[in-house]
Parts: sequence; structure tokens; C-alpha cells
Amino acid sequence: MEFAQGALMSPVDWHAIAPELVLTAFACLVLVVDLFLAERAKWLAMPLSAIGILATGAATLSLVGSERTTLAGSYEIDAFALLLKGLFCVIGFIVLAISFDYFRSGIRYQGEYYFLLLCSLLGGLVMSSARDLVTIFIAIELISVPGFIMTGLRKGDPKSNEASLKFFLFGVLSTAVMLYGMSLIYGLSGGATRLDQIREAIDGSGNEPLVMLSVFFVVVGFAFKISAVPFHFWAPDTYEGAPSPVAAFLSTASKIGGFVGLLVLMFKAFPEVADIWRPVFAVLATLTMTVGNLIALRQRHIIRLLAYSGIAQSGYILVALALIDPSSPGVSRQALESALVYIAIYGVMDLGAFAAVVAYARRGGTYFIDDYAGLWQRSPVLATLLTGFLLSLAGAPPMAGAWAKLFVFLAAINAQVYWLAVVMGVNAVIAAWYYLAVVKRMFFEAPELEGPVEVPYLLRAVMGVAALALLVVFVYPPVITELAERSVL
Amino acid sequence: MEWLDNWGLSLAAFLPMAGVVLLLFVPGSMDGVAKAVGLLFTGAALLVGVAVGLRFDYGSAGAIQLEVNERWIPQIDARYHVGIDGIALPLFELSLLVSFLCIVYLMWHVPSPGKTKALIALTLLLETGMTGTFIALDLILFFIFWEVVLVPMYFMIGIWGGPRREYAAVKFFLYTLFGSIFMLLGFLALYFQGNTFDMIALREQGNLGSTLVQNLTFAGLFLGFAIKVPMWPFHTWLPDAHTEAPTIGSVLLAAVMLKMGTYGFIRIAYPILPDAAVYFAPGIGILAVIAIIYGALCCFAQSDLKRLIAFSSVGHMGFVMLGIATVSDRGINGAIFGMVAHGLITGMLFFLAGSIHERFHTREIAELGGVLQQMPRFGSVLVYAGIASLGLPGLAGFWGEMLALLGSYQPGAGLDEGLFRILMVGGGIGTVLTAGYLLWTIQRVAMGTVPEKFADGHGLFDVQPLEWSAWAPLLVLILAAGIYPRMVLGVTDGAVQTLLKSFGG
Repeated sequence: MEFAQGALMSPVDWHAIAPELVLTAFACLVLVVDLFLAERAKWLAMPLSAIGILATGAATLSLVGSERTTLAGSYEIDAFALLLKGLFCVIGFIVLAISFDYFRSGIRYQGEYYFLLLCSLLGGLVMSSARDLVTIFIAIELISVPGFIMTGLRKGDPKSNEASLKFFLFGVLSTAVMLYGMSLIYGLSGGATRLDQIREAIDGSGNEPLVMLSVFFVVVGFAFKISAVPFHFWAPDTYEGAPSPVAAFLSTASKIGGFVGLLVLMFKAFPEVADIWRPVFAVLATLTMTVGNLIALRQRHIIRLLAYSGIAQSGYILVALALIDPSSPGVSRQALESALVYIAIYGVMDLGAFAAVVAYARRGGTYFIDDYAGLWQRSPVLATLLTGFLLSLAGAPPMAGAWAKLFVFLAAINAQVYWLAVVMGVNAVIAAWYYLAVVKRMFFEAPELEGPVEVPYLLRAVMGVAALALLVVFVYPPVITELAERSVL
Repeated sequence: MEWLDNWGLSLAAFLPMAGVVLLLFVPGSMDGVAKAVGLLFTGAALLVGVAVGLRFDYGSAGAIQLEVNERWIPQIDARYHVGIDGIALPLFELSLLVSFLCIVYLMWHVPSPGKTKALIALTLLLETGMTGTFIALDLILFFIFWEVVLVPMYFMIGIWGGPRREYAAVKFFLYTLFGSIFMLLGFLALYFQGNTFDMIALREQGNLGSTLVQNLTFAGLFLGFAIKVPMWPFHTWLPDAHTEAPTIGSVLLAAVMLKMGTYGFIRIAYPILPDAAVYFAPGIGILAVIAIIYGALCCFAQSDLKRLIAFSSVGHMGFVMLGIATVSDRGINGAIFGMVAHGLITGMLFFLAGSIHERFHTREIAELGGVLQQMPRFGSVLVYAGIASLGLPGLAGFWGEMLALLGSYQPGAGLDEGLFRILMVGGGIGTVLTAGYLLWTIQRVAMGTVPEKFADGHGLFDVQPLEWSAWAPLLVLILAAGIYPRMVLGVTDGAVQTLLKSFGG
């Protein structure tokens, strides 16, 4: 009760939580405005949401350079939080662009969808700043619960229903496991929920086995959220059944939210017991990369391919977590930096690929990789952009993805965990195979489907900017590395 | 001229990239504009290259000149460090020249399925990667330029290539990617021993780790470079890639991209890890001689003209590697000369193979014949390039092979003379075999009677003006380098002496 009183009694720094407030206000606004819009004008919810995200971004920018805590230390604004809030805004904006064409012409519930999307995004913003167990838990639920509903928005489609139910059951299960771990920690640390207090309480508490167990539960809970192998089974089915823009959101914002939670917990609460959980992450990373890539080789549905590729990509980020070593701050620092760089670049390149895939499926194509044959002749722009994103995911120049992989690779070598670096290298070659298989279809084969593919201008612009950003980061990586360097926890 | 000293090299490397950006705004249907942009930007890059060549101080070719060393990625200690010395200059100029000539050749003929704009954009991108590789003095920068070449060539083979293009493209991509990962591991090992990615600083430090660490590092670099060269037994991607690639793809591959591998040995592996280099030199020499003989024997068995030229590359690059393996003044000078000569001659041969295919719609040697009768000028050029390739004194092909063999008569750095003299004999046998298959090929294609199929001479026009303009510089340079080898050796020698200082010589 001491905690609750403290939090309630302390003065609130309103400016510090301005981005969250703005986003909440716009989410509610979207929901209300939607009620008064005629069916034909429902699409206006999307520009309204876009303005909301821009305003949130502006509020985030207004905080740049300040370091503050509020809500009795459970909410922190620092460079780390701001970088991730900015990233969530960018992701939200791109997902809106992907969703517009899809929801306007296909499904009803536009207002509800955009409301849920903003709520889930809000979860991401909260997660970036959350520095106590309760806030982290609320953030992860805020990210997930709207996701369950969004996944099932294609009500008439049994696949969508199945996806939603599967996602819900796995989500709830993982929440339960995570919560159990958190409750153990709460008990172990003598009733502390703030991460810095937990860190002190755990250090030298002498309860090693119990600490190990509780940390393990928490990690498993998050492993579901970031679809790490062997907790990944829900992801491909859910992505395939969900409306594809939702899949794009789940594979980026939702997953990144999970990673942010993990990073914060591991760096802020459990660094002293890193020896316990480092091997866990090493195993998770190896499994996630390898299994994700190997299964991706066999996929014929592009969304499933992206799902498995996304699983493998999670594996590379997990490598960074497996390198953390509190006894050598330089190594930990570089590991966290590389994870942040990877997360930022991954968010943009993965969304770019999803954007191209959704555009193609809506305008004269399908989700089957076979039907990508000869896309280059039908739409050179779309084929070139998708190729750029796939090459980036594969880690091939001239796209930023090459640096993302290289930085994690360097961090692994610097930490002298050579075997993980080798596993990464081998996986990079395996992954190149299936990304190139799609590229090969598009460029080297004759088209089977006829007709041009008209990509909406909004999507074209968003994809173009994303590809350009990836190119710029490739040529001059400090754009992102310096941000990451400054944003280390 | 201060801008030239500072940014001349970067300008030459990035002008083509600027052309790519410009091309993005050219509609796909406007072929003429795309060609003009390609010509303009490769031409401008070549002019900058010529200016760099004039500015270069040949008196101190052993020193790094026109150097720029700027902050780039401080987080991983990578710097934008470029510069040029006598070893890099000939290759730098070669890649600018050949890229330009390839665009000129495209004026004459764009291979099926057209898409001129995309093909020109890829050529420009390749040019940036290739020239960048020859000026980079930071390992990470080198790696990035090296990798940039991969994707455009993959598309070039895959889209404009021959019947088995998909297989060739994927094989090329994965093989090279595999090699470059080991190369990267080698670079990282160097970094953790020497605490810098700077090639010059690493060279000056010397003594990077224990003998075992140095040897392992060298092995990693070796794998990356050897696949690119390609050395026997890592050569299997090459015949497929060369045969299936469109004409300009084969030309760029043969004339420039293969040199990236041999250049890597001379620029990175040798000066930084001299002890390991001496340790591995006999092995490299043996593989090189196997490549020479194996390449020549394979040529006898080829029925496709282009595939034959591809296998001849394996043999010629074998001579280059033999020269490098000797760790001697003559051998390494000869190797660099051999790289330039092979670039000029084999580039020319691939142009000819492409033009033969355009005229006869076949490259089967058995179906061809009597080219000299029907197209005297074309036939003469073919004979000229073929004879240059077999190493006739007076043409460019001679000096590289002769110096490599001379070098192995008296290898440097305390290498076993007996072994290298045996290798010299092996190489000598290789030259005889090379002369044999080339003369045989010339005889079958250029001489003899015209096959009935082509007796009416339909579509068999002699060398076209645009072909002349793409080929003339190569033909002239082959002769010039043959009768005045100092043109290349005078530039390289100073830098080779600097290199050999690392070996205590």
C-alpha cells in the first residue's frame, strides 16, 4: 500500500506524460467522432488518427533533451524512452498508411480499428517509459489486448477468428506466466515494484534458485510476445489470419514493445544476476534464428514467410541480450546499442515489406509467392521497393539492414561470444536464400497474372520515404548509431 | 586543384551513384535519356579519374596519395579513409575505363529483355562499388564497397543473362556471400588484435597476435579473396556466372571484379600479415599452378566460346596468384601487370563473344568458322585479342606471365626455391597449353571455311562504329602496355617496394 499511496500523492509532471495524454485524447476522439460519421465518411478516422500520431510525435519532440521521472519514479523520460516513443510514432504512422486502402475498401469497423490501433500504440509509448513492474505489466497488456480484437476484425473469415482466438489464448497464457514471475519477484524483493528497488533487493539476497525461477518465468512470458522459438507457434497463423495491416503492426510495434520491456527489465532490474539469464537468451537466440530461418525456407504464403522471417529477426536482437555482462560495462553498452539500432532499422524495413505486400494483394495480386512472378514487368516501382526491403531484411547492401546485422555481429565478437557470431553468420546466408527466392520470382520470371498494379499514392510515398531512409542510413549510419549511443539505459 | 587532392577519388567513386539517383526520376520508357545519363556520369567519372592520374605523383608511388581520412562511424571506429598508391591506381583507372566502355557498348546493343534504364543503373552502381573497393583504406569501408558489387551483378546475371541465368545468379550470390563472411571475420580478428580498422595503421603496427592467430586470420581473408579471384578449387561459380551473364556483365566481372580478390591479397592480407603470408605462400603457389593447368585443360574441352574464355580466366588469374605467391619484387609487379592485362584482354574477348552471339545467334565453336573471310575487320580483332591472351611478346599478356615465372625462379622472403622452380615449370607448361587452346580456337572460329548455315552472310555486318568506339581504347592499350610495360610497372614498382618492406626486404 505504501507504493500506491506514494504514487497517488506525488505531484504529476504533466509535460513528461504529454505524448501519452495526447495519444489518449485522440484515441477517444476517434472513437467518438466515428459515431457521428456517415458510413461513406468513416475513412476520416484515418486522417484524424494520423494527426493524433503527429501531435504525439510533436509532444515527444518537445521533451528531447530532458531527463525526468514522475509518478514516484515509476515513469521515466530519458533518451532511451524518447527514441523508442519516436520509433513507435513512426511505426504507427506507417501502419496507418498501410491500413487506409485496406480498411476503406474492405472491412467495416474503420473507427473501431483506428481506435484500437492508437490504444495499442499507447501501450508502446507507456512501455518505453515504464520503470516499475506494474507499469510494465499494464503497458504489455495495453499493447496486446487491442491486438486480440484487431486480429479478429475480419469477422466473416474463419481464419481470422481462429487467428484471434489463438493469439488470445497464447497471449493470456504468456501473461499468466509473466505475472506469476513478477509476483515472485515482488515477494522476493520485499514488496518492491520499482525496478531500481528490485535491483538492490535482489542483489545478494541469497535466494538464487528462486530468483532464477522468477526471472525465467518473466522471460518466458516475454518470449511469447516477441515470438521467440519455442514460443512462436501462434505468430504465423495469427499473422496469416489477421487483416494484413494488423499483422504488420503485430510484427513490428507489438514485438518491439515486448523487446523494450525485456531490455528495461534486464538492464534495470536484473543486471546483477545476468549470469543466470544470459545463457537462457543465448539458447533462445540460437533457436529463434535457426528455426525461424529454416521454416521460412519452405513457405509459399508471403505473410507466413514474413512471419517466420520476423521470428528469425527477433533471434538476432536476442543475441544482443545474450551478450550483457555487468562486469564489463563497455560490452553491455555496445550490446544495448546494437539492439536499439537493430530494433529501429527492423521496424522500418519490416513495415516496408508488409506495405508492399499489402499493396500488391489489394491491387491485382495475391499473397502467394508464386504469384509474384514477373511483378517487375507489371509494376517496376513496387517490385523495386519490395526488393529493397527484402534485401535490407537479408542484410545485404545497399540497405540499412546490413548495418543492423553487422553491429550485433560486432557486439558478439567484442563480447568474445564467438559461437553466437558464427551462428549469426550461417543464419544470414540461410536467410539470404529465401529473401532472394522472392526477388528472383519478381525479376527473373515471366508474369502469370496480368495487368498493371496500381499502388495508391499514399503507400507509394510512405514506402519511398522508408526505402530512402534505409539507403541514407546505409551510407551514413551515424544517423541512427549516434541516437542509439545517446539512448543507452 | 585542392579539391582534387581531397575529394577527387570520392568524386570518381560516387559520381556513378549520383547518376543512379538521377535515373530514378527518368521514366522507364525513355531509353535515350537513360543512355545519355549513363554516358554522362561514367564519362565524368572517367575524366575525374584521368585528372587523378595526372595529379598523382609518380615519383613517390609507394606512398598513399590524395588521402582523405574523415570521421564516419565513431561507434565502431570505422573511418572514411580513402587514398591511392601505385598498386591501386592502375586498377582504379581500369574500372573507370571499363565501366565507361560498357556503357558505350550498350549504345550499340541492349540485351534482351531491354529495360535499358535498369541495366544502366546497375552498371553505375557496380562502378561505384568497384572503384570504391580500390580506394578504401578502412576495412569496414572496403567491406561495404566490396558487398555493394554483389546485388547489381546478381540482377544483371539474373535478368539479362542466358538460359541458365537463375542458377548462375544464385550460385554467384551465395558463393560470394559465403566468402565475404569469412573475410569479415578476418577483418574483425585484425581489429581485435590491432584495435583499428585502418589498413595503414595495421600495416605499421605489425605483429598482430600469436602465429596461430595470424595464420587463422589469414585463412579467413584467404577464403574471402580466393573465392572472388577465383582460385582453384573455389572457381566453380565463375564459368556459370561468366557464361550466363550478359556481355557487359561478363566484361565487368572479368575485367574488374576478379581483380578485387587479388587486390585484397596485395592490399590487405600481405602487408598486414606478412609472416602468415610467407607461411601460406607455397600453398597458394601450388593452387595457382593447378589453376593454370586445370584452366587450360578445361578450355580444350569447351564447346561454347564464352565458357572457354571464362575458363581461360581461371588460368590467367592463376598466373596472377603465382606472382603474388612468390612474395618477390618481380612476381608482385608481374601480378599487378597481369591483372591490368587480363582486364584489358579478357574484357575485349568477352565483348567479342557478345558481338559474335549478336551476329550468329550462337556461341558454339563447332558451328562457327571463317569469320576472317566474311568479316575481315572483326576477324582481325578476334585474332589480335586471342593472340594477346596467349601471351605473345609485344602485347600486354606477355609481361604478367613472364614476370610471374621469373619471380618464381627466385622467390623472395626465404621461400623454398626448389618448390617454386617446380611451380615455374608447371606454369611454363601452362603457357604452352594456353597457346595451344587459343590458337586452336582462333583456327576454328576465325579461319577455315564459312559454314553453309551462314553462307548467305545475312546479318553478318563487320565491326560497327559504336563497337569500334567501345573497343578501340582496349585494343590500343593492349598494344601500348605490350611494347611499353613501364607504363604500368613504373607506377606499381614504388608501391611494391613499400609492400616488400613488410617482409623485411
